[in-house]
Amino acid sequence: MKNFQIIKALSSSSAVSNISKEKEAMFIAGGTNLVDLMKKNVVAPDKLVDITGLDLKKIEFLTGKVSIGALAKNSQVAEDASIKEKHPLLALALAAGASQQIRHMATVGGNMLQKTRCSYFYNTDMPCNKRTPKSGCGAIGGSNRMHAIFGASDSCIAVHPSDMCVALAALDATVLVEGPKGKRQIKFTDFHRLPGNTPEKDNTLENKELITSVEIPDNNFTKNVHYLKVRDRTSYAFALVSVAAALDIKNNVINDVRLAMGGVAHKPWRLTEAEEFLKGKTVSEEIFKKAADLSMKGAKAYGGNDFKLTLGPNAITEALTIAASK
Amino acid sequence: MSKTSNINRVDGFAKVTGSATYSAEYKTPGVVYACLVGSTIAKGRVKTIDTKKAEWAPGVLAVITHLNVDKPSGYQKAKDKHNFGQPLQIFKDDSVLYYDQPIALVIADTFERMQYAASLIKADYFKEEHSTELQKAADKEKKVETDKGNDYHRGVHDGYKNAEVILEADYTIPTEVHNPMELANIIAKWDGNKPILYTKSQGVEGTRKSVAGVFGVPVEDVEVHSEYLGGAFGMGLHTWPYEIAALIGAKKLNRPVKLVLHREQMFTNVGFRPYTIQKMGLGATKAGKLTGLTHEAVAMTSSYEDFMEGTVNMSRFIYDCENVSTRYRIVPLDTCTPIWMRGPGEATGSFALECAMDEMAYKLNLDPIEFRKLNYAEKDLEQNKPWSSKYLLECYEGGMERIGWKNRKNEPGSVKEGEWLVGYGMGTGTFGCYRSPTSVKAKFLPDGNLVLQCSVNDMGPGTATMMTAIGAEITGLPAENVIIEMGKSGLPKGPTQGGSATTSSVGSAVHDACNLLVSKVLGLATENPALKGTPITDLTFANGIVSSTKDTAKTVALTSLLSANKLDGLEVENQSKGTEEAKKYSIYSFSVHFVKVLVNPNLGKIRLAHVVSCADIGTVINQKTSAGQMYGGAVGGIGMGLMEALEIDHRFGRPINNNFADYHVPVNADIEKQEVFFVNKKDPISNPMGTKGLGETALVGMAPAIANAVFNATGKRVRDLPITLDKIIETVKV
Repeated sequence: MKNFQIIKALSSSSAVSNISKEKEAMFIAGGTNLVDLMKKNVVAPDKLVDITGLDLKKIEFLTGKVSIGALAKNSQVAEDASIKEKHPLLALALAAGASQQIRHMATVGGNMLQKTRCSYFYNTDMPCNKRTPKSGCGAIGGSNRMHAIFGASDSCIAVHPSDMCVALAALDATVLVEGPKGKRQIKFTDFHRLPGNTPEKDNTLENKELITSVEIPDNNFTKNVHYLKVRDRTSYAFALVSVAAALDIKNNVINDVRLAMGGVAHKPWRLTEAEEFLKGKTVSEEIFKKAADLSMKGAKAYGGNDFKLTLGPNAITEALTIAASK
Repeated sequence: MSKTSNINRVDGFAKVTGSATYSAEYKTPGVVYACLVGSTIAKGRVKTIDTKKAEWAPGVLAVITHLNVDKPSGYQKAKDKHNFGQPLQIFKDDSVLYYDQPIALVIADTFERMQYAASLIKADYFKEEHSTELQKAADKEKKVETDKGNDYHRGVHDGYKNAEVILEADYTIPTEVHNPMELANIIAKWDGNKPILYTKSQGVEGTRKSVAGVFGVPVEDVEVHSEYLGGAFGMGLHTWPYEIAALIGAKKLNRPVKLVLHREQMFTNVGFRPYTIQKMGLGATKAGKLTGLTHEAVAMTSSYEDFMEGTVNMSRFIYDCENVSTRYRIVPLDTCTPIWMRGPGEATGSFALECAMDEMAYKLNLDPIEFRKLNYAEKDLEQNKPWSSKYLLECYEGGMERIGWKNRKNEPGSVKEGEWLVGYGMGTGTFGCYRSPTSVKAKFLPDGNLVLQCSVNDMGPGTATMMTAIGAEITGLPAENVIIEMGKSGLPKGPTQGGSATTSSVGSAVHDACNLLVSKVLGLATENPALKGTPITDLTFANGIVSSTKDTAKTVALTSLLSANKLDGLEVENQSKGTEEAKKYSIYSFSVHFVKVLVNPNLGKIRLAHVVSCADIGTVINQKTSAGQMYGGAVGGIGMGLMEALEIDHRFGRPINNNFADYHVPVNADIEKQEVFFVNKKDPISNPMGTKGLGETALVGMAPAIANAVFNATGKRVRDLPITLDKIIETVKV
């Protein structure tokens, strides 16, 4: 690891101005991903701005929405009684991620910014367009069991590894950021991006912007929700495929629905077509299966992840069925 | 074994409180920090290596490569090429024999500066085409004429082909890595020409010999300390290049050098369970009598060492079968040399054999246990000897009862719990009981405490606890009065810890030495005024007091005996070894693993609802440590069955999942209920305690039990490990 400077920011604006001055400066909060990346020389910042002292840890229930500070710990949100009551899908997704130790360190903002788990990205001797633009994609034609079936490109087939983000995408969250040019809001589903020809960019944050909070509008998804995570072991493994399913059922009819997948794309993959299809339908396994099939339009596999073409729709059906039965 | 049969692990407190000192933790004044830089190609030669930036980096004391190394004198004695069956000679020349092979050693005054300097080293290579894929290297297959490599035939060669019912199937297991929690680590230093190593070794005496050979020094001049190990699972059975590198560095600087491998290097530089392809041929009568069994295995080795293990051996004796053929071949690939990994070849072999037995049982429409009982071996047909003891049937019965085998239906997919398909499976394991000559010193201190000394290691099974229990039992002392000194050179010579042989070897030596010591005490007592005239046969020794069995008022304390005789302690050093009588018998441990799985066929999810491991290991010296070892071994087998595989990108010859996030081993949540059970009957032949060994059988047979249970649940026969969910959802029809 090369030598670097670390300073502690006292306010959001000073954090932003501190980082704006330096080319190779980065924010650090829980560090559960960044420190690994530095140890492996995947990133090598000259300066870290420690933002853990900022007042961005609160979970506040406001009129029509909840605001979650970017520095709220994953475990803090997952175990918050009001979050569990009003946004149980988010609590479930968070609890499915990482381990309790990591959840105690990892922050909401950091979770959104975590890097893909693609092995080629982490091994600096391997080709990876995301890490080193124009070096090629090792995963195409290589080991791609974990990789994308939606929205990938010839440059990159990596997936975003977060569980929390799948729930936030489903719940129509908004990301609040602060940068050199001031404050702005980004729709959560627009926050992460598809790789295209520039897989080095994971998201739509602009240079030196700081995530300050995430807001979730109030909803009726308090009962019939499920976060299904399919993985190679029961705990402490990234999703091969995950499904966030939220149903608002009245008299056995689906009044409203949200559906998103993880482990299948460069971003949390919202299944809007399936959602539209399900709205107004009577709950049945048959319509869940149809929704699942609709969701797989445009899916493409790369050899090692061919099984996701079967697992994906199966997981959607399973998640919806479990959510409906709660 | 009675009052000592359940004592607590004697080193448990030290281990959980952090006071146990592992190799790299020894406080060593003046120690400096080293790491190895690995090659980024899998085969070829180093064209140039730029070490200048690293050498100029702050705090750097030395950068050693093949260009500037002072080659150990032992290198010259060996033949010139690597490829002659000797371990890799680090920095010998410019050749690169596998990915991440060490090409430079960087030493600096602090850990951080060493790490940074290492990142500045850049090499260019003359690349050569590498070969890392066993399936594509069959043309390099070779037969090695040794006990393990020779073909074996009993009766008609490949006699299974003449049977009424024939089963042929191929099975593969991937490369698996040991990766104990404690990384490979060493502090190396020199006292003049005498090397001193604090290192992670499963065999102090073996490490001494290797180091002596490489550096051309007398074995007795090599000092090795390896008192605590945080697991090893076989990786400590080899002296690895990193240990030699640290010694080379320490010699150059004349300072102690500490070297701890990175976790990634644990996947590439310290051995692994070799990728193995197996072919099984089974023949039986329609009534279920095995008439022929052929077991062939092709396993990978490195280009510079022939590594072999007992993959096909179990098939020669475990079942009663007239015509048996086994063949074993190895294929050199461009990787590090494999090394025995817990269960070793027997675990690999049992996967093929015990799955094939299950498949044959289905062909015959027999219950898998019924089929095994029909072919129960009353004696060892390979060696044509009687078993010393065999309680395999008791293992079957005990396991069937605990797992609820009666709820099993032979028809796959016919039992359900809610939406989950239920399957039951079992697999048999076995491992030879070995005993090697072992010396132990038993010594009473003036305060009456007992010291037991042996150079054997304790990599985790509870060797020190076993020695304590046996010593306490024989001398009648409370366990807390027994002091163990082990895991370093200079002590009476113990065996390498491996092959489930430690209790048989070391326990016997403790047993014998303590008996001799007690006789010495009783001899002294007959001379003491308190017991003068009492025949030695009427004396007993317990809790540090000699007393007469005829007149309990007549006693003398050991401490009084020692002081009366002006003795600074009383000691016996004795070597124990196996008997001629034992050679007339075939001595094996047996185990049976039972598994109940619940499978969601839509998601491919396999839940281990219940796991039961039963073993006939002879006498159980300590219930707690034995159970711990059995649980751990069984979990290792579960990893083998369900998740462990080192994945190589053969385009580059490099591992893809060389970290604990991507190389999966089971976690607590993976196993919903786990039980172990020991028959606990003394073997009359094996050794004075009647033990037979446990470490390997704890794992052997688990992977096939899982595969067989998955078949019973789903009808899907997975013949290539691990059984990941994609292999289930592919073809299961719901």
